[in-house]
Amino acid sequence: MPYIPHTPDEIREMLGVVGARDVAELFDEIPPALRPQSLNLPRGATEMAVRAGMERLAAKNRIDMVSFLGGGYYDHYVPAASDLLLSRGEFYTAYTPYQPEASQGTLQAIFEYQTAVCRLLDMECSNAGVYDGGTALYEALMMAVRHTRRKKAVVSETVNPIYRIVLATYTRNLHLELVTVPHKDGLDDMEGLAAAVDDKTAAVVVQNPNFFGNVQDFTELFAHAAAKGAVSVLSCYPVLQTVLKTPGAMGADIATAEGQSLGLPLSFGGPYLGIMTCKKALVRQMPGRIAGRTHDAAGRTGYVLTLQAREQHIRRQKATSNICSNQALCALRALINLCLTGNEGLTRQAARSIENANYAAWKLCAIPGVRLVNAAPFGNEFAVVFPVKAKLVARKLMDEGVIPGFPLGRYYKGLENALLVCCTEKHDRADIDRLVRRVENVL
Amino acid sequence: MQKDLLYTKTHEWARVEDDIAVVGITDFAQEQLGDITFVELPAVGDTVEAGQEMGSVESVKAASELYSPVSGEVIEVNGDLEGAPEKVNSDPFGEGWFIRVRLSAEPAGLLSPEEYEEIAKAEH
Repeated sequence: MPYIPHTPDEIREMLGVVGARDVAELFDEIPPALRPQSLNLPRGATEMAVRAGMERLAAKNRIDMVSFLGGGYYDHYVPAASDLLLSRGEFYTAYTPYQPEASQGTLQAIFEYQTAVCRLLDMECSNAGVYDGGTALYEALMMAVRHTRRKKAVVSETVNPIYRIVLATYTRNLHLELVTVPHKDGLDDMEGLAAAVDDKTAAVVVQNPNFFGNVQDFTELFAHAAAKGAVSVLSCYPVLQTVLKTPGAMGADIATAEGQSLGLPLSFGGPYLGIMTCKKALVRQMPGRIAGRTHDAAGRTGYVLTLQAREQHIRRQKATSNICSNQALCALRALINLCLTGNEGLTRQAARSIENANYAAWKLCAIPGVRLVNAAPFGNEFAVVFPVKAKLVARKLMDEGVIPGFPLGRYYKGLENALLVCCTEKHDRADIDRLVRRVENVL
Repeated sequence: MQKDLLYTKTHEWARVEDDIAVVGITDFAQEQLGDITFVELPAVGDTVEAGQEMGSVESVKAASELYSPVSGEVIEVNGDLEGAPEKVNSDPFGEGWFIRVRLSAEPAGLLSPEEYEEIAKAEH
């Protein structure tokens, strides 16, 4: 299917049909004062000049550093075959094609992505993916609001702070009540959460492992929420779902995830992948696209977009959501990675990451004055407390080529001395020993 | 056209007997919607209000709102539609009924069969 912009002749013809003088006239509705005065773009340049400029810009990146940054985005190994398969012309577009049934291969890939994601999270239904982990969580909250027709949401403070900012921003004008239940030494306050969930609550929103890296079991909280008629929403880290109790096993109604860790390279916040799964009972509230498998009149297997009747091209302003693109290419990448890595590979990736984190935590805590924020089990990420501000430690180590982690004080008052440290299978003992030595030197 | 029913402009019907009304959508509506795949109805005990949204009906073409023709409390919901929404297509005035309502007010502003027929004709 060609993706070709309109020719000047076509534009003239269309303007003639609607009776407009030029394209600008279509924007007459918008007062001139509200229009951008200038896009502030440089003049056109030659390919050579652009390339040189881009290379100068790229050279500003420090790619020699050892990083222990996590906080929702993780540097896992991406198999080389992934790039090769992804760049095939048949797949290389970010969009679900219109007239989707003409693109059976794309629909099959989406269907297989949905299947893989459902198996990983142990959930019944998945959509084709949304923008990222934060917007997936917002869409999950809105599913709960529509389903319950209630206006209150209980959110644990241990949910990724960036996601909580997304929730607050997106719901600012929707007359919803977001109740944040404070963490207790980095752990979810299970009693506080349960107490906050009442019969006016649409959703309880938690995360596993939580932002502090701690692994938790929300089974009881979700049962309590169900008894109150509230929807339980769990944001999770996909790679670790091979070794942790799954959202499905905990009884989550909706499970979301940032899909970046499934083979998407870290790149300034995106494009990433929002994974959205739910119980079958909620599937009609699911936003976006869902690919289904069926058979045609001759009995041959075919793939279709299903449950579209509530989408915006049919329902206009009454649509379930205004998500109209999925992250088809990113979802495909996640699928390729899941297939290449497989269940065994993903389990080993998770186990190795957790082992590395345990080694790092053990070595760091052997330094006098350094301790863990809490003694609860963690996955591949943990929070340590220094006798000094974590920001200072981070700054000093970065001068020496090590990003030691994420200083928690930025989002959590009282934890200015705490650092969130993450490990993946890409670290080795030498990297971790280097981190520990550098921390020892600056304390 | 069923002569013993009252209608709305939005293509719902009501069969009123004493203080009870049975509610559904018309033959014209089911025909316009095409194959119906899902009906979302209020729950028993919910209150519906005349002219207000009470649920939605989803077909292979579109999902549309349902507006209650009457005001009152829902006392029964057609549970068969959950597993067999096609009954709305095959028998919209019979087996494809939606809800039974105990009226809290005398039905008002509804259309007679003749009035509704005019509207349906105009929309055809």
